[in-house]
Parts: sequence; structure tokens; C-alpha cells
Amino acid sequence: MSEPNPTSAAGLPSEALAKEGNISAAEREDLRRHGILLTSLEELYGWGRSNSIWPLQFGLACCAIEMIAAATARFDIARFGAEIFRPSPRQADLMIVSGTVTKKMAPQVVRLWNQMPEPKYCIAMGACAISGGPFKQGYNVLKGIDRFIPVDIYIPGCPPRPEALLHGLTQLQEKIRSEKISGPQAARHLQPDAASEFPVPDYGAHDLQPPSNPDIFTAPVLPRKA
Amino acid sequence: MESLEQIRDRLLARFPAAKVELVVNPGTAAEHALLLDAAHARDIALFLRDDPALRLDYCSNVTGVDWPEREIVDTVKKSVPDPAGGPAKVVEEKSKRIQPGCLEAVYHLYSMALKHGPVILRLRTGNRTDQVTLPSLTPVWRAADFQEREIFDLYGIVFSGHPDLRRILMWDEFKDHPMRKDYVAPDDFEWEPTPHGEVHERAKAHYPPAVQPPDGPSVASAKEGPAP
Amino acid sequence: MSLFPNMAVGPTVRAVHDEFHGDLLEVSMGPQHPSTHGVFRMVVTLDGEQIVKLKPVFGYLHRNHEKIAESTSYLGSMPYTDRLDYLCSMSTNWAYALAVEKLSGQAVPDRAQYLRIVMAELTRLVNHSCLVGFLFNDLGTSFTPLLYAFREREKILDLFESLSGSRMMCNYQRFGGCRVDPSPEWLAAAQALVDNFPRFLDEYETMLTGNEIMLARTQGVGRLDPAHAVNAGLTGPVLRACGVDYDLRKVDGYGFYPRFDFRVPLGAHGDTYDRYMMRILEMRESVKILQQAFRDLPAGPVMDPKAKLRGFRPKAGEAYGRLEGPKGELGFYLISDGSPNPWRYRVRPPSLINLTLLEEMCLGHTVADAVVILGSIDIVLGEVDR
Repeated sequence: MSEPNPTSAAGLPSEALAKEGNISAAEREDLRRHGILLTSLEELYGWGRSNSIWPLQFGLACCAIEMIAAATARFDIARFGAEIFRPSPRQADLMIVSGTVTKKMAPQVVRLWNQMPEPKYCIAMGACAISGGPFKQGYNVLKGIDRFIPVDIYIPGCPPRPEALLHGLTQLQEKIRSEKISGPQAARHLQPDAASEFPVPDYGAHDLQPPSNPDIFTAPVLPRKA
Repeated sequence: MESLEQIRDRLLARFPAAKVELVVNPGTAAEHALLLDAAHARDIALFLRDDPALRLDYCSNVTGVDWPEREIVDTVKKSVPDPAGGPAKVVEEKSKRIQPGCLEAVYHLYSMALKHGPVILRLRTGNRTDQVTLPSLTPVWRAADFQEREIFDLYGIVFSGHPDLRRILMWDEFKDHPMRKDYVAPDDFEWEPTPHGEVHERAKAHYPPAVQPPDGPSVASAKEGPAP
Repeated sequence: MSLFPNMAVGPTVRAVHDEFHGDLLEVSMGPQHPSTHGVFRMVVTLDGEQIVKLKPVFGYLHRNHEKIAESTSYLGSMPYTDRLDYLCSMSTNWAYALAVEKLSGQAVPDRAQYLRIVMAELTRLVNHSCLVGFLFNDLGTSFTPLLYAFREREKILDLFESLSGSRMMCNYQRFGGCRVDPSPEWLAAAQALVDNFPRFLDEYETMLTGNEIMLARTQGVGRLDPAHAVNAGLTGPVLRACGVDYDLRKVDGYGFYPRFDFRVPLGAHGDTYDRYMMRILEMRESVKILQQAFRDLPAGPVMDPKAKLRGFRPKAGEAYGRLEGPKGELGFYLISDGSPNPWRYRVRPPSLINLTLLEEMCLGHTVADAVVILGSIDIVLGEVDR
């Protein structure tokens, strides 16, 4: 993709259609009833990607059991096209960080993330993956995976029910469908200068080195009101 | 099973040079323990395992305990005769002494063959800094293998004679022994709305004075923990 | 210097040289591996495809349960015990409650004793059926038996949820009883589930037990001899598969188990197949125990009225409470110094200690067999690393 330039981006057909709005959703629906499917490359691309998310088969702790439960008969994640859990990060689009990330495990999680090809997304499932959760006081517990890798969807709960995971997945699908393929708002993987790999922390004498990635993580500034 | 006193007496008869003490558990469970000296611990353990009346063939649980140095105030009541010739007065005399700290390894033994137990063994190190070597009982009970490694990792007791003594839970480069009472965890959480007053104080250090977190709950309620 | 350098950023496969074997290959399996049941890691040294050395590496889920428990109240640790063995929260709760009750001398009402047995045996059904599903996953029948197991698990989890409010993290036991009393409707639903469970077991066994691939892959694989297993402190179905009769429900007779009529299945060969059969037979015995519990369940309170939960301070002393969890002897060792927090809080994890002999079981077998042997030991990483 060319570098984002707002003035020249109007030349692309999808942008032009969206901007000028010369065909409404109702008119398109009318056309569809007559057997004419009118779509844009962007929509087709987003539709295809959002309905064939391949998660990384990667369980960390308690939440992993609920993730497996989401894949079984009652919850059936296959309805959303995400049932193909890939054991290899090279074939996966989605990392579901399902459980407590310990400091001993954190370098491996970052490494797995770096091994995944773009486009890739990350769901932080459960309180531990978001912030350390009930184990936050632990000396070996990483206080949230967003200290090292960017997270797209946070699913709270301890553990979240499988329904919550499915909700998070549909939210992620929404996000994928709304991504642009060009222009300044283009999806992260289409921007040449956006980071795809992140530095792997080292094991230090007392803590991870560094304890968080300053490029993507800043401590929350304002504490909540009592 | 014979009582712990009988076991101690038999051990002392069998190993005259050994020091075996009875450690009384004042709690309701009344599971008393035998404190062994490090020099004879492995011989005694072998004896306990192979003695036909005991056959403690199963080492269930191996634990480290940290006992930091602490100040103990002894109160002795003395009756002091009144110099004026009146009735003697009872005066409390307080004396402070420092109880030296130590690290302790606790072994819970049972017998699978005879289905009795537990017999609890305790081993204590000389101090918490440089005399931290104890004999490993892994050659006697293989069950102690991972658990002694865990004690080495988290408490820093060095088990001599252990076949593969290295850190088990933390990474190899880690320097501290985190289960010790004086361990200070890395300061890497900024704010946590829990009732722990101490956590709250630490969180304050992460913010400039303008955005100080509001004061947390009082320390009195913090001690009791969350409501059931 | 450690034997195995940390391979966090190193290679996962490397060539090593051995005086005796010649050129070998060292493979790091895990912590992200589809068949290590979580974040377990084995560093396997291979001669061709044969395992000549295997070192387990732990700690990838070491989340400091013991340290946190020493800084919180006794009751505050109860929700954490749910997350130790996250497939069997009910029996882990009970183990902790048992240790605290031993420490404080707290009595438990009869109805609560029966309810605890009901919950513990339902948990055993959940754990063993899921374990068998995971074992078959490791054997290569990707997911199908697990779907059947999870179908039953969901039914039991529905019961747990309607009783305790949470599917997995029940937080149900208290020192001196149970948190809520089940309604007659709940008991009827549980009874119906237990009545139907043998049909599920028959279905499961028809599919799995006689399966030829299963027999070829499990019989004679990962053999253990009883003397070795006892010395290594193995417990639970793994030990009983070697023929050692040691079930704490019989030996300690904790709770009201002496009032129940059930048998302890024992294996003869100590191989993976026996360990699989132990689970199936134990589930059948659990169904028997549950039927008796529903029949004899007395009326009455579920909490001792004298039990004190807030501001609970047992007097100084120590206690080691243990019970027969689905994975083996689950123990809690507590030292109280009279304060609201335990001075020492230790979990005796059956999953970790059952792994002591993993290397011996796997030597001479192939990598594919090591995966099956690991699956038959039944580990949960939350409990291995705590």
C-alpha cells in the first residue's frame, strides 16, 4: 500500500463510494434481491477475514478451560468461524491470552506474538491477562499482558464464561470488518511503519528486564475516584 | 503406631550421638514433630523408612518455613520481700532476648504399607544467611526431589546430596528467595483498589502529588480482609 | 550454572553430543505445546525418536498462591484454592476447609458432610471424564471424545452454577460447613444426572475401551513398579494403577466416607492403560457413592452455628489436612501464629509430585508416547506451579 496521503486517497474506488455515498444501503439491498451483489473490496476483505479467524491453541490457566468449553458442543465457537485452533503461531491470526501471564511465561508469550504473521489480533481473556487479576500481588505475575503486546479486546471475568468469549469474538469481528484497507485509518498490518514485532523481555535478577515496554504501555494516569 | 516419645527414645538408643528433640504443637491438631540434627538426619530417615515397626515408606509433604529473627519479651514474676517488713510484693521483670532466625524444612511421613502416620520431621539451619545447608532426604524418599528443589528456590535452603538442585519455579537468573518473610517484591503495580493499606501506600509512590490516589480504607479494616 | 540453559530466547531444537549415545537432539516441548496440558515444558533429549533424557521444567504458571495466602486472611484464601486445580474447585475447597478445621477444631454438621461428599464426587466425575477426553486428544483422536466429556461436564457445571453462582470457581466450602443449602429441586436434578451417568460411561467405554489403536498405544507404555511409585510419593489413580491399595477415603476415613460402601479399584500393570481404566472404574464407584449420599442425606443446618468467618483467628499451632482429590493426595499445611493470617500456607500438589517419575516412565519410548504418558498422569498446571 502507498503511504497514507489524505488528498490522493480519494482516487481509490472504495473511498470514493463511501465518501460520495452515491448508493445507499437500501438500494444495495434492493439490487441484491435482484441477484446483483454490489460490494467493495474493503467490505469483502473484512467479511472474509472476520469470519475465518484462526486462534492460536494456547492455554495458560483456568480461562483456557473455558476457552475449550467455548469450542465444544454447547457453545460451539465454530458458528463464528473460529473453531480451527492452530497449535503453531505461524498459522494463527488471533492470540487469546487465556489466563495468568507469569513473568517466567511473558517472554514466551511475546515471542509467540512475534512469530504470528500479520494481520494478527490479541484478546486478553480474563482478569489475570488484563491486569494480573486476583494474583496481582504476586511477585511472579505480570500485571497485564498489554505491558508487552498490544491488545485489541479485553474480556473481563474470572474466568469469563464461554458466552463472554463469544461476545469478545464478535466484537473483534466488528473491529475487523470496520478496518480500512487504505488511507490514514488503514488497518495496522497495512501501515508499513506500524510495529509488528515487539522486544522480548529478558529474565533479570529480580524482575523482567524491562518490566514493561515503554513504547506501548504507560501506567494509568488518573486513579479512580473513591 | 507407637507414640512419638517412643520413637524418639528408640532413635536415641539407636543413634546415641544424635540430637532428637520433640517439638510440641500447641494447636488443636496436636501433631507433634521430631527435630533432628543435620548430621544424623539421613541415617535417621533411612532407619525410619526401613524399620519394620514403622516402615514410613511414603514422604507426603516437604515444606520450608522461614523463621526470621525476633524479639521475645520474657515476663518473669518475682516476689520481692518488702524491706519495710510488709507482705512480699509480686514484681514483673521483663527481659528481652533475640531469638535467632532460622530456616526450617518439614517432612510429613506416612506408611503406605502399614497405613499409619504422620510422623513429622523438622530440620533447622544454623541461620538465614550463610549456614543454610541441610542434608537432602531425596536419596531416602524420591518424593522429596521436586519439593526440596522448591524449598531451595523459594527459601534458599541448600540441600547437600540432592541429585539435581536448581531453581524449579523461578528462572535460573533470579537471585532472591521470594517466600522468605523479608523479601521485597519488585514495585511494578501502580494502583490497585484493594483494602490492603500497604499496597495503597506503595501505589502512591507512582503518582505525582497532584494526582495522588484518594485515601484508601483505614488500616483497621484492611487487616480483616474482604467480607465473606 | 544450570544443566539446561534457559531457552526463553534460544533455540527450541539443538544438537547435543553425548559420550555414550553419540549425536543427539535436544527438543524443548512447551511451554506452548498442544499436548502439554497448559504451560508445562519438557526438555527431551532424543536418540533418533527414542527418549534418552527428559527434564520437566516448571514455573510457567507460578502465580504465588502461597505468598499471597500468607498476606491475606484464612477465608480470603478460599477463592484462590478454586484456582489451584481449576477443574476440581469443589474438592480443593474441601481440602483447605479440612486443614483449617483441623487447625481450629471446628466441627461440621452432618448435612454439610454429606454435601461435601456429593460435591467432591461430582467433581471427580468432571475431572476423570475430562481427563479421559484429553488423554484421547493426546492419542490423536482430536477432540471427539472430549466433546462427549464436555457435554457431561456442562451438565454438572450447571448444577454447580445454580448452587454456588459460578461454573468453575465455586468457592463453596467454608470452615464449619458449606455456604448454601441446595434446594430439593437441585437435589432432584443432581439425582437425575447421577442416575443417567452410567449410561454416559457405557457409551464412552463402548467407543474407547476396546479401541484397537488405544490398546496398541497404551498397553505396556509408561510402566511403573509399585515400590518405585511409593518411594516417589505418587498418589491417586496413578499409584493405584500399580496395584498399591492406598486411597485416603479408606485410609484416613475423613469426612463421612467410612459410612459409605464403595470399592477401591486397583490396577495390575501400572501402565497407561491401567491408569485409564482406573479413571473409568473410579467414576463408576463415584456414582455408587453419590447414590448413597442422596439416599442418606440428613436434614439440618449446613453451617455450624458457632463457626466464625470474619475475624477468624485460630490459636497458634499447625495442622496438615489431606484428602483424596481426583488427582491424588491433596494436602494443605498451615502454621498459625495466632494472627488473622497464616504464618505458613503450603499446598501439597499431587500433580507436581506425580510428575517425579515422568522421566523414568518415558525413557526408551518415543516422543508420541511421552505425550500419552503425560496425559495419563493427569496434571493441572495451576496446581503444579501454584
